[in-house]
Amino acid sequence: MRHGKYPFVIGFLFAPVALYVTFVIWPYAQAFQISMTNWRGLSAPQWVGFDNYRKLLDDGAFWKAVQHHGVLLLALPLITIAIALFFAFLLNVGGKSSGGQRQGVWGAKFYRVVFFFPQVLAVAIIAVLFQMVYRPNESGLINGVLMKFGLEPILFLVKPNLALWSILAVLVWQAVGFYVVLFSAGMASIPGEIYEAAEMDGASRVTLFFRVTLPLLWDTLQVAWVYLGIAAFDAFAIVAVLSVDGGGPDGATTVLAMEIYRNAFVYSKYGYASAMGVALFFLTLTFAALTLRLTKRESVEY
Amino acid sequence: MNPQSTLPPTPAALPPKTGENSATGGRRGKGPRSEVRLFAGLGHVALAVWAVIVIVPILWTFLAAFKNTSEIFSSPWTLPAELRWENFGRAWTKANVGRYFLNSVLVVSCSTFGTMLLGSMAAYVLARYRFWGNRAIYYLFVSGLAFPVFLALVPLFFVVKQLGMLDTYQGVVLVYIAYSLPFTVFFLAAFFKTLPTSVAEAGMIDGCGHTRLFFQVMMPMAKPGLISVAIFNIIGQWAQYQLPLVLLSNAKDKWVLTQGIADISVNAGYEADWSGLFAALTIAILPMIIVYAVFQRQIQAGLTSGAVK
Repeated sequence: MRHGKYPFVIGFLFAPVALYVTFVIWPYAQAFQISMTNWRGLSAPQWVGFDNYRKLLDDGAFWKAVQHHGVLLLALPLITIAIALFFAFLLNVGGKSSGGQRQGVWGAKFYRVVFFFPQVLAVAIIAVLFQMVYRPNESGLINGVLMKFGLEPILFLVKPNLALWSILAVLVWQAVGFYVVLFSAGMASIPGEIYEAAEMDGASRVTLFFRVTLPLLWDTLQVAWVYLGIAAFDAFAIVAVLSVDGGGPDGATTVLAMEIYRNAFVYSKYGYASAMGVALFFLTLTFAALTLRLTKRESVEY
Repeated sequence: MNPQSTLPPTPAALPPKTGENSATGGRRGKGPRSEVRLFAGLGHVALAVWAVIVIVPILWTFLAAFKNTSEIFSSPWTLPAELRWENFGRAWTKANVGRYFLNSVLVVSCSTFGTMLLGSMAAYVLARYRFWGNRAIYYLFVSGLAFPVFLALVPLFFVVKQLGMLDTYQGVVLVYIAYSLPFTVFFLAAFFKTLPTSVAEAGMIDGCGHTRLFFQVMMPMAKPGLISVAIFNIIGQWAQYQLPLVLLSNAKDKWVLTQGIADISVNAGYEADWSGLFAALTIAILPMIIVYAVFQRQIQAGLTSGAVK
């Protein structure tokens, strides 16, 4: 087994490691360095220390973006998980129990297949689709119906206080199916005897859900929350394609990724964009650490 | 996980609520029956409503792809007067959707193949061979899971530029592979660890070299894991938008589907070719529905595999 191990190991690792270091590790390392310069791409970068970060603190667009991440970070996981949990519960244990075997409601399989489908589509494609759905005149799916009934069209993406919620709705639309399947897998591994015992004690559906399903699903919920939180920190494709001029109207839907893209590839402020990238990185990291810490509790063994 | 051994403690944990339930139990009488029916009824309505919310926008897009502009503006609900296939022809050739589609197929097949090959090689070695630096390299890969791509976007652009691979297929393919490696290595390393050593040892005794052992014994054994990760990567790379946007910005003939459709949607307003845009969207969505309908079980398993560790 020992014979010729090292040439083999090196041979197998060389290409993946080289590729990974060149395109992932090296750029990440450089990002921190570039964020300390005023590089605009033409002349040699000049070291400016923490200047870019100081500028960030006075940048209205940056704070707007952070604020939007805050909204998304709370609303996206909360709404998605609530809807997905409800559906997963219905699909797995909502139906009648026959012979001690808990069943989902009628048509459970069909719903699971349909709900999951948006997950297969690219976010950019979904964004274009919803641009059509939200169109402000008769050609929009929603407003076309409203105007048929003689109602005023709703300016989903144009009204500043509605735009972010319209985008959030699309994110929820896409995400729910994934978490229904994820929670279903978690629920399937809860032994039926537990439900049976609880039911014999006269527990109602609601009690079953809150006292049995929820605690036993805690680990999966935690994973879901982290995943959705990370999605809330990205949101580039949806904002770039769906919102009015990339994060508009007037910055009402902008996110950090959008600002990074704009500063780097429109204004060529590479140093400043990198500083934003570093800020985004630490925000994501803080969020992940906080979530894992705050939601930590004794998981129930079963 | 064995219910026989772990069950006893659980009923013991339940009593606190049995008390409060028996208090309400008497009042309810024949409660459970009607409660079940009410709950299931409301549940059905909610499920059906969500199914409609998911299906209708997609169905509506398909219908609108056959309409002309005046039909699109007159009512979202009416059926097209005739099937205007020419909308698809216009989208496919004039709006370049055909080109974008084939570009996506080319890029994703190359990058997924590369990801699977390089990822499984690295994962295999890291999972089953002890050597100096093994853990360091493993954590180097896994740490990539924690970094947002946007942190690296600016330097990545310049790295690709310096290598002369900006606006080329190979540039995008290599970058896709590199950014897919963390998850692929993380998942497959765990998978290779679970495979039995006896088969590998038998192979070794038969004089099978390390490389042959990997390709002819271990790879076939790891097939279920490989399929899950391959599906995960195909769908992830097919959906990629930000990387091609940055790496292919000046080569319109090499754009991938997501990029192309997003661009058409910006221009559709100027050219007033709404039916063309709906046709383009249909071309982008329909193949995914067909693939999903055929492989939905594997796709659901593949995409959720990342979350179930």
